[in-house]
Amino acid sequence: MGLKYRTEYRTDRKVTWCPGCGDFGVLDALCDAFSRTGLDPAQTVLVTGNGCSSMIGFFVKTYAMHGLHGRALPMAWGVKLANPSLKVIVAGGDGDAFAVGAGHLVHIARRNPDLTYLIMDNGCYGLTRGQPSPTARRQIMAGENGVGQPINPVALLITAGATFVAQGYSEDPKSLRLLIQEALNHRGFAVVNILSSCPTFNRQDEASLNRPEFLYIETTSHPVHDRLEALRLAMTEEDRPRVGVFYRKKRGVPDERPKGAGSEDRRDDLTRLGEMMDELRP
Amino acid sequence: MSMLNFMKASMKRGDPVIRIAGEGGQGVVTVGELLDKAVAQIGLHVLTESTFTPEIKGGDVMFQLTASPVPIPSQGDRLDILVALNDRGYRANKGNLVPGSVLIYDHEDTRPEGLDGVILYSIPMSDISRSLGSPLLKNMVALGAVAQLFSIPMNGLQEQIRKRFSKKDPFVLRTNLGAFEAGFTYAGEQIQKQDLYYLITPGEKRDDLLLMNGNEAIGLGALIAGCRFYAYYPITPATTIGDWLTSRLPEVGGAIIQAEDPIESASLAIGVSYAGTKAMIGTSGPGLDLMQECIGYAGMAEIPIVIVDVQRVGPGNGIATQCEQSDLLAAAFGSHGDLPKIVLAATDVRDCLDLTIEAFNLAEHYQVPVILLSDASLSRRRQTIPRPRLPEIRIIPRTRYDPAPSSYARYQVTRDGISPMSLPGQSGGEYIATSLEHAETCSLGDGPQGHTIMTDKRFRKLDALEEDFLPLEREGPARAEVGIISWGATQGAVREAVQRFRQIGADVAALYPKLLWPLPVKALETFAASVNKVVVVEANKQGQLAGMIRACTRLEPHRIQTYNGVPITAWDIFGKEGLL
Ligand code: SF4
Repeated sequence: MGLKYRTEYRTDRKVTWCPGCGDFGVLDALCDAFSRTGLDPAQTVLVTGNGCSSMIGFFVKTYAMHGLHGRALPMAWGVKLANPSLKVIVAGGDGDAFAVGAGHLVHIARRNPDLTYLIMDNGCYGLTRGQPSPTARRQIMAGENGVGQPINPVALLITAGATFVAQGYSEDPKSLRLLIQEALNHRGFAVVNILSSCPTFNRQDEASLNRPEFLYIETTSHPVHDRLEALRLAMTEEDRPRVGVFYRKKRGVPDERPKGAGSEDRRDDLTRLGEMMDELRP
Repeated sequence: MSMLNFMKASMKRGDPVIRIAGEGGQGVVTVGELLDKAVAQIGLHVLTESTFTPEIKGGDVMFQLTASPVPIPSQGDRLDILVALNDRGYRANKGNLVPGSVLIYDHEDTRPEGLDGVILYSIPMSDISRSLGSPLLKNMVALGAVAQLFSIPMNGLQEQIRKRFSKKDPFVLRTNLGAFEAGFTYAGEQIQKQDLYYLITPGEKRDDLLLMNGNEAIGLGALIAGCRFYAYYPITPATTIGDWLTSRLPEVGGAIIQAEDPIESASLAIGVSYAGTKAMIGTSGPGLDLMQECIGYAGMAEIPIVIVDVQRVGPGNGIATQCEQSDLLAAAFGSHGDLPKIVLAATDVRDCLDLTIEAFNLAEHYQVPVILLSDASLSRRRQTIPRPRLPEIRIIPRTRYDPAPSSYARYQVTRDGISPMSLPGQSGGEYIATSLEHAETCSLGDGPQGHTIMTDKRFRKLDALEEDFLPLEREGPARAEVGIISWGATQGAVREAVQRFRQIGADVAALYPKLLWPLPVKALETFAASVNKVVVVEANKQGQLAGMIRACTRLEPHRIQTYNGVPITAWDIFGKEGLL
């Protein structure tokens, strides 16, 4: 059964983020989306990686796994494979998604399991005191030192095969909540890359994010089912970040277990096991 | 080798060791597997060994069959009959021929020389094969000759050939059967039998034997244990576990994923097990290294998983198809931090099945990662094992949380360290699994003191393991001069060596542990106290088990080690200078 108020989804654990951290906005929007979608905490699993943003699982009253840095996606898919009736949400930072976990991200995207993935993208590793991550905008300046140019998360996800790709902003909780709700309602791999801030360590990107104007994607004119158009939009260089749904497509999800989801030790199928042993008779 | 020659007494022998050798593409393994099935079908025990170099085509290949009315401990160090499908097969194996043994070859490609006392039968395999329209039928001609010369039931072999080729073009079946029959007839008419080998017919016919290789046994054991998820990244020699499970897991409601790397496979398994389904992953050495972070996570977050490591020659890419017992240290100590985990090692194909079931029982009961070690030789070894009696097999489930009015503490500090586990879907049992050090309620920040309490709790789970786990087998007199300790497939060779020692009246005992970590210290020390000299036998350079024993007990074992890529033989032990 879902809970009525978003505050009911919060545990009473003390939130440990720095004041002004973008992750607060994501936590609020997520709980709000949970209550509006009516998610039953017992039937919901929030799987995270490791890092500042991955602490979010401690603050939400669902089942949760605080996983390993970069491994949240396969762990979450494992949960879903074992029990397809669960709602499985993955959350973590940009280091999780695009650095140590980049391999998993690409392959989970092309497989399209029914997972919702929230990336809290603040361009840095906050927990280890602010080293640039693969999405650090400031890398444009550091490019000549071999750091390279930043990843374009939306373009990467569209090409890899994600079937719902959106971008949100942590300081715009209402539109973020709506995007999360849309992602939760999508069947398949749905990703919201959330531009977020780390006021403690990433002042450069923080400044660029703090400008109030965003470019909102026109839902009426953007052909959201057209992959090439979505990619074009994602690759178009603009002075302000775009927010909204870039791409949405229906595509099959991997086979789910036909039966026995989350079951007890089952010793049924004895007949089938007997037949398998018959096949091994010389 | 004089001792061996001596033991090759000139009497009839009903349990021949037959080796077929040639190169990749000649169908060596195909005929080997027809032969082992036909032999097992009459109720004899069989044990096969096959080796090949890693090339897909054109490398050296050999397949060896041992047959016996009683269970066979190892591939042995005897060779009675060598079937050389070409000169290369002859050259690679002629060193194993001794007076009285048999060489079957084709004069067209092979000219045996300097084989004193070896009985030679030349069969025009190429010629017969070509006359039937294909140069690729030599293996079948050879099989026919073997059947004729050593009284292997012809109808059994014909039945196996029919089964093997029934799904193919009828022409293929016909030519293969034809080649088999031609070889049979030729040997009957043209070869004067001079050797003393034949295949015994067992006194009582057993029809409860199954024939499979070690990796298939691991797959079957997992299914019996209730495992419903397997993930793997292809790696020799572990891949065939996944091959076997691919069609079978879904049939019992399970899922199998070929992952994008070993780390993904381990992460998937952790998620699956967290949600309540028993999960296993399989790999070989390099993959085990990649999984270590996940293994540490599972230990800290207390999520049961079973990891199978089919060892091969390492480090690095090593020799992928050859065997070594060199992953023990990586298995026992590989992950960082203070981590409770269990390491088991399989001795033979039957053990591959039994210990996989036991690995699940231990993982689920103690909520720890369990690593099962097998090796490249067991992965390919086909061996007869008694058919498991499913209803009698003990399956231990994990301790589940029973929703109570009081709030749930996932990592509750209990007397035995085992904390009831809630599964997603269960209302009132919501919790966060985490590998950050945590308090009973999963909260963080209890500081160093909390870490001490929780580390002790996690390790307390294994306090009674040595008593709870299968008793160790000890062989030999209650007091002995020499006591041999070994692990994994090496135990088979030790069993044979001990038999020989006892035949010559030597005072030797042996201990056969299957639990390797935590080390069964009490059993090891009790055993050591009953012998004057402890010797550890293993197939690695460092003496990995010997080193662990030195570190954890007061013992200073002597060592016998090989690391030549092939299984240790009884002769490596029996023939060792200065052992007695
Ligand atoms: S370091 Fe940055 S990302 Fe981490 S909690 Fe503080 S503000 Fe947030």
